[in-house]
Amino acid sequence: MAASSSIRTYIPTPPFLSPRTPQSSLSSSLKLTSPHFSPSSKPLLLSSPLSSPLPLRAAATSTPSPNTPTTTFHGLCYVVGDNIDTDQIIPAEYLTLVPSNPDEYKKLGSYALIGLPAAEYPTRFIAPDETTSKYSILIAGDNFGCGSSREHAPVALGAAGVTAVVAESYARIFFRNSVATGEVYPLESEVRVCEACRTGDVVTIELGLGRLINHTTGKDYGLKPIGDAGPVIEAGGIFAYARKAGMIPSLAA
Amino acid sequence: MASSAIASSSSPFINKVQKDVGLSTFSSQPSFSLHTAKKRNSRKITCVMAPQQTERKPATSGSVKTAMTMTEKILARASEKPMLSPGENVWVNVDVLMTHDVCGPGTFGIFKKEFGQNAKVWDREKIVIIPDHYIFTTDDRANRNVDICRDFSMEQNIKYFYDIKDLGNFKVELLVFLDELVANPDYKGVCHVALAQEGHCRPGEVLLGTDSHTCTAGAFGQFATGIGNTDAGFVLGAGKLLLKVPPTLRFVMDGEMPDYLLAKDLILQIIGEISVSGATYKAMEFVGSTVESLTMEERMTLCNMVVEAGGKNGVVPADSTTYKYLEDKTSTPYEAVFSDDQARFLSQYRFDVSKLEPLVAKPHSPDNRALARECKDVKIDRVYIGSCTGGKTEDFLAAAKVFLASGRKVKVPTFLVPATQKVWMDVYSLPVPGSGGKTCSQIFEEAGCDTPASPSCGACLGGPKDTYARLNEPQAILTPTDIASIPVKVCVSTTNRNFPGRMGHKEGQIYLASPYTAAASALTGFVTDPREFLR
Repeated sequence: MAASSSIRTYIPTPPFLSPRTPQSSLSSSLKLTSPHFSPSSKPLLLSSPLSSPLPLRAAATSTPSPNTPTTTFHGLCYVVGDNIDTDQIIPAEYLTLVPSNPDEYKKLGSYALIGLPAAEYPTRFIAPDETTSKYSILIAGDNFGCGSSREHAPVALGAAGVTAVVAESYARIFFRNSVATGEVYPLESEVRVCEACRTGDVVTIELGLGRLINHTTGKDYGLKPIGDAGPVIEAGGIFAYARKAGMIPSLAA
Repeated sequence: MASSAIASSSSPFINKVQKDVGLSTFSSQPSFSLHTAKKRNSRKITCVMAPQQTERKPATSGSVKTAMTMTEKILARASEKPMLSPGENVWVNVDVLMTHDVCGPGTFGIFKKEFGQNAKVWDREKIVIIPDHYIFTTDDRANRNVDICRDFSMEQNIKYFYDIKDLGNFKVELLVFLDELVANPDYKGVCHVALAQEGHCRPGEVLLGTDSHTCTAGAFGQFATGIGNTDAGFVLGAGKLLLKVPPTLRFVMDGEMPDYLLAKDLILQIIGEISVSGATYKAMEFVGSTVESLTMEERMTLCNMVVEAGGKNGVVPADSTTYKYLEDKTSTPYEAVFSDDQARFLSQYRFDVSKLEPLVAKPHSPDNRALARECKDVKIDRVYIGSCTGGKTEDFLAAAKVFLASGRKVKVPTFLVPATQKVWMDVYSLPVPGSGGKTCSQIFEEAGCDTPASPSCGACLGGPKDTYARLNEPQAILTPTDIASIPVKVCVSTTNRNFPGRMGHKEGQIYLASPYTAAASALTGFVTDPREFLR
């Protein structure tokens, strides 16, 4: 069925090791459907949010059906610690950039995680002279995204090329904004993976199986079900969910 | 049949209350108690005590069968449900949506994209747009974002848009036209303080805002929380939002508040207790004799920082203090709700406030609690008094009290940023008790503080490089106007966050403290317990 194949992103060979470019979108760029906002630089593989069963529902159940497509994120991971607040994800001086403006969206991405202290994070998330990150999966500790409600935070990560965040736990608003914008998958790990993985490790997230696999160390870890956000993500974000429920009218063509 | 007072915004009961008629219908029901705000001249402000659920028979009400917390009740009313339990996802009608210059433009972009270029907002009178973050800056994009807010407000005929037209010399104009405010008659300043001062915070209502400190308004017994641009864009068009009902943590604070403590100490105590994620997804309800004794501004400080514990919202039950504050600020009818005796709380914390001491949150986390006196050897480079947390009128009165008591001069640069124009006026006009009629501004000048700056969010969150009092990287050339840009490391601040880089410089070390502690620290050049000066 066409819808399922369109969300199949498993790539057998590892092109993800090369820096992310718009052309290499298949490597690691599966995103939540983001009906309100699809910058041309970031391809959305899920083009039909209302009709296609998103794989996160499968992640929310312990026994995925055999028909569930394999949704996979491959890439290098970047590892941060506990209580990474949104000022570190995108410092306030860059908040003059308006995320709904495509040019400024890209610019926001180029500043993602620039607020991390250099002493603790000598390897920068975005290399000098780059505008996107080679790390497509972010691994974090407790309370990721705490602080300010700025939606610029998940947007900056998404614009930088992050497809999924795996954290021990999230601050509420960051999680909510990730779901509402569809910029990154906010996944929770069952154990503290931020101490088991290191920046630069090659990892795979198997959403359907709820697993995070670290190829560098050869270990894998369980991911928690997405929970109540599942139906909203499945619909394709808050707008699509509301249209599905008849809460707001369909967008006039 | 009568529905519960909290059941539905369209229930006949509430309509009757709003019209101030038909009360006798319910006065025979012992479970309802109705009282109006103390001063009778506020006839439009009518408050209804929620029914005591334990006295109600489900058979007669047909609706409410379970006791609820006040947060659950507010969301039940707003979602037109008879009852709600924590964890339920409901579509909630929004009473007020607030946005500002940082998140407004993105919100409007999403609104137009989703609802159409010619779409109209759901209710032009329920949207409040307050430029406050990046105002007094030469940053082009920041200035453009204020223009975007203005254009949108004009196009949509937004009733409450607090415009700033003269970005350059706000302070000069204020000084010249103290009683006229010619330059910017509509400008307010920090949104959370302006919302309260302009009467947009009302008990029992739902307020959403594109700022995490929207929770400040919980001080008025309302549900208030921060949301992102996408959710706000949705609310702009639909007037409602899907929200999960949070379970409630209750904080009972009893005992007489020592005169060297402020609400900032109480919330730092709580955050230190439960950590920066201790209330994630949860409501925080503040009750007890100490909370009842707090002014509205102090209650706002308490609720302001619930997000620093991860909280979804904070609430203080409305009472005569609330009603009195609102008397001359709103004519919109409202109804307060209260937690039932049998309501279920996830957990309850008790504090004997009389035993607490002045606190700070050390770098780099709001839960890194320490006694101020334990940090007396920490040398500081500057003091900052301002923001939605610590830049209200009473915060400046508190700082002035310490300066007045000491009679000394500050030893480090001390920056003062009133939250709003109203606060700025108060700083320049209200006499400080016990000073023989001096204003805060006079006392600050005598103590050697920097002149109170134009009201805005200022350096609380860093902002553009030319933001007043921002913790900046070293400057090559220092001119007198660059005094606020001198590279510094350690700042005692009355603001709300001390994560790395929060006030600009990533190496900056921020100690969060009450205005008392901040002022005492300014006088010594070290983190200082205010009892050194207040006794």
